[in-house]
Amino acid sequence: MEPANAKVAPSQATPIDNEAIYVAAAKAGDVAAFEDLVNRYERKIFRLAQHITQNTEDAQDVSQEAFLKAFEHLPDFQGNSRFYTWLVRIAVNQALMKLRKRRTKEVSLDEDIETEDNFMPREIEDWGPSPEQHFAQGELAGILSRVIGELDPAFRLVFQLRDIDELSTEETAEALGLSVPAVKSRLLRARLKLREKLNRYFQRGVSQ
Amino acid sequence: MNCKNVVRELCNYLDGGLDSNLQQSIEIHLEHCEDCHLLVDTTKKTIQIFCNSEPLPLSEDIRTRLHEALAKRLSKPKS
Repeated sequence: MEPANAKVAPSQATPIDNEAIYVAAAKAGDVAAFEDLVNRYERKIFRLAQHITQNTEDAQDVSQEAFLKAFEHLPDFQGNSRFYTWLVRIAVNQALMKLRKRRTKEVSLDEDIETEDNFMPREIEDWGPSPEQHFAQGELAGILSRVIGELDPAFRLVFQLRDIDELSTEETAEALGLSVPAVKSRLLRARLKLREKLNRYFQRGVSQ
Repeated sequence: MNCKNVVRELCNYLDGGLDSNLQQSIEIHLEHCEDCHLLVDTTKKTIQIFCNSEPLPLSEDIRTRLHEALAKRLSKPKS
């Protein structure tokens, strides 16, 4: 008996189930199917690369290399994780390699980072129900990009993978070569810092 | 349960990784502590706002360069 979706044309399949069809076709060498996957994820991968490298040119190189590597290594993709999670790991590796090549101070991602267990949040204000709706989409995107760019890279990267790209704590730890407790500790600090930075835009009375 | 403990357990609380006793102690504290209640609420919103944010479209220039580079490399037969 054939698999249920064996004869489903890509255009008839839903976005969720057709990914597997495109991945299978791309694995068999179908470049057009792979291009569909690129179209689907190029914005997310570019944003990830931009957040890590903080540089548009580097982000372009990283995106390109990540997709090429993904295509070359598709035969190794076993389908144990989502294709996107697998792609994110490749992009993170490419971006970290790019950062290391730059040899700047920013490359201290795997050094011990002070996380101050007793860190207490400041500026605790009410934001109201949907504070982001008081901003136009482009304006909001600018704010989010600015505040995340202000974070220490070690915190930014953990937040990016865990809360934006929705990797699990374990997947984030694996992708960054960190321990699970280190990921948790940095995630807490990143979330609190971003909350504090967003407070200046979202507290009641500022945007309403 | 005090405010420091709430901060320490914030991620586990938000991500659903707490045992039921600890979860309940935090919830009781949140009912009485306005600051912690707001902290949990605004941290949750911070995560949601980032998580729901759509990446901006790539500029036509960047997109063209990416696709041209991929097309060039992917059309080459493997050596």
